Amino acid sequence: MDKPFIKALGNIVGEQYTLSDRESLAVYGYDSTPELVSLPGAVVLPGTAGQVARVVALCHDAGITVTPRGSGTNLSGGSLSAGGVVLQTSRLNRIVEIDEENLTATVETGVITSALHRDVEARGLFYPPDPGSMNISTMGGNVAENSGGLRGLKYGVTSDYVMGLTTILPNGELLKTGGKAVKNVAGYNLNDLLVSSEGTLGIFTDVMVRLIPKPQAKKTMLVHFPELEQAALTVSHIIAARIIPATLEFLDKVTIRCVEDYAKVGLPLDVEAVLLIEVDGHPAMVEDDAAAIRAICEKHRCSFFQTAATADEALKLSTARRVALSALARVKPTTILEDATVPRSCIAPMVKLIQETARKYDLTIGTFGHAGDGNLHPTCLTDERDKDEIARAHQAFAAIFDAAIAMGGTITGEHGVGLAKKKYLPKLVGEAGIRVMRDIKTAFDPKGILNPGKIF
Amino acid sequence: MDYEKLINCMRCGMCLPHCPTYKETFLETASPRGRVALVRKFQEGELEASERFLDYLSLCLDCQACASACPCGVNAGELVAEFKCEKKDRDGLSFMEELVLHRLLPHPDRLETAVSPLKLYQRSGLQRVVRKLGLLKMFPPRLSRMEGLLPQLPASPLRRTLQEVTLAQGEERGTVGFFLGCVMSLVFSEASFATVQLLSALGYRVITPKAQKCCGAPNMLASDRAGMEEMARFNVELFSSYDLDFIVTDCGGCGAELKKYGHHLEGDGRAAIFSAKVRDISQLLVEGAALLGERLHPLPYRVTYHDPCHIAHCQGIRNEPRQLLRMVPELDYRELADADACCGSAGTYNIEQPEMADRVLRRKLDTIRNTGADYLVTSNPGCLLQLKQALARTEPQIRVIHLTELLHASMTG
Repeated sequence: MDKPFIKALGNIVGEQYTLSDRESLAVYGYDSTPELVSLPGAVVLPGTAGQVARVVALCHDAGITVTPRGSGTNLSGGSLSAGGVVLQTSRLNRIVEIDEENLTATVETGVITSALHRDVEARGLFYPPDPGSMNISTMGGNVAENSGGLRGLKYGVTSDYVMGLTTILPNGELLKTGGKAVKNVAGYNLNDLLVSSEGTLGIFTDVMVRLIPKPQAKKTMLVHFPELEQAALTVSHIIAARIIPATLEFLDKVTIRCVEDYAKVGLPLDVEAVLLIEVDGHPAMVEDDAAAIRAICEKHRCSFFQTAATADEALKLSTARRVALSALARVKPTTILEDATVPRSCIAPMVKLIQETARKYDLTIGTFGHAGDGNLHPTCLTDERDKDEIARAHQAFAAIFDAAIAMGGTITGEHGVGLAKKKYLPKLVGEAGIRVMRDIKTAFDPKGILNPGKIF
Repeated sequence: MDYEKLINCMRCGMCLPHCPTYKETFLETASPRGRVALVRKFQEGELEASERFLDYLSLCLDCQACASACPCGVNAGELVAEFKCEKKDRDGLSFMEELVLHRLLPHPDRLETAVSPLKLYQRSGLQRVVRKLGLLKMFPPRLSRMEGLLPQLPASPLRRTLQEVTLAQGEERGTVGFFLGCVMSLVFSEASFATVQLLSALGYRVITPKAQKCCGAPNMLASDRAGMEEMARFNVELFSSYDLDFIVTDCGGCGAELKKYGHHLEGDGRAAIFSAKVRDISQLLVEGAALLGERLHPLPYRVTYHDPCHIAHCQGIRNEPRQLLRMVPELDYRELADADACCGSAGTYNIEQPEMADRVLRRKLDTIRNTGADYLVTSNPGCLLQLKQALARTEPQIRVIHLTELLHASMTG
């Protein structure tokens, strides 16, 4: 990137917030996606929405691309830039307003998800989306990727909470969409179009989300199953019994073994599946739901059922699920975490298929995830130096995505398409789907300035 | 360097919210994941150890909060330290480093003599005059910063006054070797005296071998691995000549280093045995909690606790100090927000990187203020120096003391 352009960037955001040295470019050449590396030409950290607009306008006029980045925890390569400007939003980190009458929170795009949680929960309010990276992920990133989390089954995902957005368009213009009105049918729903646009249509500067009252009570249960099918049937039958748990998490045998090796939490090694179930709401309802869930689990021949009596006990019960990724990640240097998602009725066949695929390609794949909403995390434990194994891992995942599509599911439940899933998208949405997406992209960004090369 | 350790980092970013320098800058180069990537790129020959490269790595406090947070068990702080050691092995020590680390530190007598002019400086009233007249502005900034950290020194180092053997009171539970840290002896001798009293009261015979040398942590700060190994070998030899159940220290930094002797001197069986016996004082006191509890008198203070990095992150000790504080009758314990975040002292970091150290410190001071505590308790001399000096300036009503001083005060009523 040429010096005068870097200088122009520095004039907007300040010299110390404009990086173009070799070392900086090297470390901004990755996000959390395994294997992917792509060096940007410069990195800027604007401090105001106005600076974001000016940087984007400058790049637009110069024909240089801009890729927004929050904390760089993207799992599909979405925050990587090939020679363009990476715009890191971390300094835009003010919680602007918590409106307790309208139950909305307005935050700048770089606010950390868990910081918003803390702030609203101290007022007895609740912002449910809780992606695994919530302690560092930014709200803007959550909106751009439409992040999910453990509470998705009952409470939905980020898009269910976005009420309004302030967005810088690819030419530097400012677009405000949505607002505090709960009902709003004026024109196309641009909010929903911008959610999960992965930084290709605009860069958010402010995000307004809906809040709900914090549930009064919560109960946590841990259940072991000697048979995988019975665990899967339990999931379906809990829902069929008109109970929607806040959390319904699943660990498969490989994951259980790794967790036990790593954390010694006392999981038996002969079980096929573990479910972590959490119900919340009114105390009386929580009691009823927990009792009904217990009956369903026993009917499906669970070998162990424990309910936490205290918050400390609940924390203990959820240890296995909380350390699942750590336990798997320690086995081998490279950890490929995917998010194939199927209708919840297909959990058992999907887990089976993943296990068979792992055997077929001679790989170790542990599966855990959000069984309640069908969002699984098959996690391949591999070593990037073993080219042959990596190639087999990619073949295995291609087979898993094909199966997910065939079951009426999707190639990504919460990580986004980015660069990593690009080649699978046409299979899922078809030619017409890709064409409509391209047309939308062109309508927003005719010069192709914003986060090019992502999604399709 | 073990390449495997570098590629274990999966770049997930879980370390970022725990890294003090990332929290201040939001820069990937100032993050644990970034530092691992930089060292990896150096190993792979993609980056050179340029001045800028080294500047980026030098911003690391080595507080190891990232290691506590890492899902994959990567310790970015340690990897950076290892990288610097390898570089130092090639480049050699500077004249000053050679002087301090090899001529002064290994000899407690020389060290004590070197400190005595400072005592004269304080006792003669010269310090008061210098500070009052603002003469420090004429000194180089590093020196004036060091002067600012200088606390009131005790009349004589504890190593000189303490008996080699302190007998157990009541029924004897066992024999412990007391590892008396340099700064504890020279500066916080009252706290270490309290430590010995507590151990004796709990029924331990306490042996303080007078010939012991520095633990070697300062050598590691200067990336002088050979110097550290020499200290380690000497101390292992010395303590092995006694029949000890435990080796105890009340210095977080020493404890963390002593527990690594087995790793540093790989293949040396006695070093491994030595390390396995090392306990932070809080660990031993908790073991004698029942006995200690009976002897504690009320202390009606509002108290909060700051986790030293070398205790929480390097040794994984978090519950014990809190459990001990909660045992004191009428003590109003208040948990500090982000209690295990670094205070910015970090060995010599507050001298080497004053600007970042102050930013990290400011955050700590805010959280301390918010507790409304009268007493801040911690158990590492670096933190004590840093926080005493800072709080004396901004919150003079908050007193900073070592854990054992508070417990001893409660015990003696």
